[in-house]
Amino acid sequence: MTDQTTNSIAFVADGNIPQSPPPARETGAVKWIRANLFSSWGNSLLTIAAGLVIYMVLSGAVPWMWNGVWTTSSLSECREVLAGEVGACFSVLSERWNQLLFGFQYPSDQYWRPTLAFLLLFVAGAPVLFFDLPRKLLAFTAIYPFLAFYLIWGGTLMAPIVAFLGVAAAAFVFQTYGKGSFALGFFGAIIAAFAVWFVGGALIPEGASEEAMLQAVPSRDLGGFMLNLMLGVTCVSLSVPLGIALALGRQSNMPLIKWICIIFIEFVRGVPLITLLFVASVMLSYFFPPDSTVDLFLRVVIMITMFSAAYIAEVIRGGLAALPKGQYEAADSLGLDYPQAMRLIILPQALKISIPGIVNVAVGLFKDTTLVSVISMFDLVGMIRGPILASTEWAGVYWELLGAAALLFFVVCYGISQYSQWLERRLATDHH
Amino acid sequence: MSTLTDPPKDSFRLSMLINDTRYRSLTFQALAFLAMALSFWYLGNNLVANLRAAGLNINFGFLGDTAGYDISQKLVEYSNQDSHSSAAFVGLLNTLLVAFLACITATVFGVVAGVLRLSKNWLVSKLMAFYVEIFRNIPVLIWIIIIFTIMTAFMPAPRAFRGDNATATMVFDAFAFTNRGIYTPLPWFSRGIFESQTLNWVLVLLVACGSWFAARRVNVWATAKQEETGERPNTLSMLLGIWLVPFVILMLIMGLSWEYPALKGFNFQGGIKVGGPLIALWFALSIYTGAFIAENVRAGIQAVSKGQTEAAAALGLRPSKVMNLVVLPQALRIIIPPLISQYLNITKNSSLAIVVGYADITATLGGITLNQTGRAIECVLLLMAFYLTASLLISLVMNVYNASVKLKER
Repeated sequence: MTDQTTNSIAFVADGNIPQSPPPARETGAVKWIRANLFSSWGNSLLTIAAGLVIYMVLSGAVPWMWNGVWTTSSLSECREVLAGEVGACFSVLSERWNQLLFGFQYPSDQYWRPTLAFLLLFVAGAPVLFFDLPRKLLAFTAIYPFLAFYLIWGGTLMAPIVAFLGVAAAAFVFQTYGKGSFALGFFGAIIAAFAVWFVGGALIPEGASEEAMLQAVPSRDLGGFMLNLMLGVTCVSLSVPLGIALALGRQSNMPLIKWICIIFIEFVRGVPLITLLFVASVMLSYFFPPDSTVDLFLRVVIMITMFSAAYIAEVIRGGLAALPKGQYEAADSLGLDYPQAMRLIILPQALKISIPGIVNVAVGLFKDTTLVSVISMFDLVGMIRGPILASTEWAGVYWELLGAAALLFFVVCYGISQYSQWLERRLATDHH
Repeated sequence: MSTLTDPPKDSFRLSMLINDTRYRSLTFQALAFLAMALSFWYLGNNLVANLRAAGLNINFGFLGDTAGYDISQKLVEYSNQDSHSSAAFVGLLNTLLVAFLACITATVFGVVAGVLRLSKNWLVSKLMAFYVEIFRNIPVLIWIIIIFTIMTAFMPAPRAFRGDNATATMVFDAFAFTNRGIYTPLPWFSRGIFESQTLNWVLVLLVACGSWFAARRVNVWATAKQEETGERPNTLSMLLGIWLVPFVILMLIMGLSWEYPALKGFNFQGGIKVGGPLIALWFALSIYTGAFIAENVRAGIQAVSKGQTEAAAALGLRPSKVMNLVVLPQALRIIIPPLISQYLNITKNSSLAIVVGYADITATLGGITLNQTGRAIECVLLLMAFYLTASLLISLVMNVYNASVKLKER
């Protein structure tokens, strides 16, 4: 029997069978498509529906953009060039580009000034946004607000210099006396700044703006995307310190200060920005001294800053609440007083937690700066709705203009939110 | 051996106001109060001086004057002979209307987009990510203007529906999409129980409320039965009966009929007119806020740990039950607080109605009334008071709901 079995075996495997390639439907693109697009009936339907949507959008948009005309000077001319074909009249952008960016009243031979201020903004912002950069660059950041003010508004150089000297004096006083007692340094700094501004303001001669090196540009001549950027940058940078103060005030155990902060925050968060802008445009001037003229730009900055400060305060309050109580107690047990504990222990951690929220508020605020077009300031949207669409050459060019505005805002806002995500990863000190 | 002694009882010295923590907060509060009082005094003084110089005063009497302007989109009767206060009331209702509509549709958009963004389907999830990023990063004002432009510049005018060679036709002979708005059929009761159509609708609403209570009772009964016997009785037919039978009977008794819009003169007459501005605002607000809600929904679902889903599956629940009984109740707790603030944002952003000429309270009270009467301070104060009240009410209602779904901790 054994003999028969050994002999009857026709084949004995003496090695492994070579691996055969996986079935075609289980590899490469086919597998990916099957797994990700057509894994089930429902998924296949969704894929087809999504494909249809994409096709519809692209089939409309691509020929329209591809046939775009860039070099005509009016809508009727553009239509002649297109001769009945589908196409965009991007020439409105090339012709009115400067108006979209700077508004229609900014003197056209001075466009280099806001452009330069815009480019310098990156230099000034860099050390704040990327803290790997050398700290010495912060000196430029400190000068930047005054430099940008001088570049954009022009006029006498004395005004920004006096303003800078005031701030420098305040910083000096705070550095000198703030170490001993925070309150003394803080209030001393405010007094010093006002003293310098008062004396310096008196020193600026009457009519200095007329014979200035840079032509003076009044605020009402500002416009376009520049106005959106200016409002956004100014109000966000002003509202962060104000928001920190409000958040700390809301946490304070002094009832009066706590309630002032709560009422302010809840009031501002309860009303739409547009009503605050109405306050800026029609109501605020009643509250200034009768013979003073505070221009609309400043009034709007005041109101938007208050608005975003309330929101930032709530974000920071969230950060403060997220800190374990042990941190406060540890600071106390080290013998630190309130300002020291806040500056050295609490705020650095709370602000780190709050960064994504603050950036969200900043993006929202930047988008909300378009609302100033409602109170007849000619920002980007105001320019489009007002002077450009009302002109005889370009009445009816909606998509090109609105699309360009949307693109400008998208680029800035998306960039900011990407930065925030990068920063979150960068600041993450816990291990995952 | 040392003994504890009482701290020395010093008499009060002035320097303790700064140096002693027991009194320092009093000093600071007194200073803050002083600063507040001074600034209020200063601002009030300026206000009085400015008002005197302009020959004005603060007086709400203008609200009783004749408004003199027309409002095309209105929920209650209003003519241009009515007072400013009734114009403001029409605006107030319009604000609430658009906010209510937009909250519902934004939630629908947001939930659909948020769930689809987590879909295993690559194309769909990328498309939804694209939708969210595009809409979140472009100002809502631009979206409102874009959708309003589509409504006005690309929809046919009413006269395109006229004549033998009409270029536009009504959908199902009932809906007309024109550049002035959308016209839909209006349901009304030919032999209503009450004279007024409004009262008849109130009756319908009451019947619906009754059905809702009955349906709730049935659910409670079914749950009790399930606890008792372990099997849930099939309540579908009962629920259908409870909802449909009274409704259908009521409609038959009252003779529900439809009033179709028809082209008369230069415009459509009859039916319900949903004006272009309302549609633009409604749609723009819901699609914009929907993008934010989508992110909240996604975050909420992702925050439910995977173990929960797996445990539910291990218990033998079907995927739909896993979603309904395990994932969603836990996700809702995370989704609701940001959802409240999105609803508040919709209400506040509805004030942008003024750019498309939708007569909400900002456009009536803060726009035309303000410009006609010049009563800036009064109008803006009333406007702020309205929005504050609305915000507080919405957050109150939603907080009550939030408390009801919150994790009950012992």
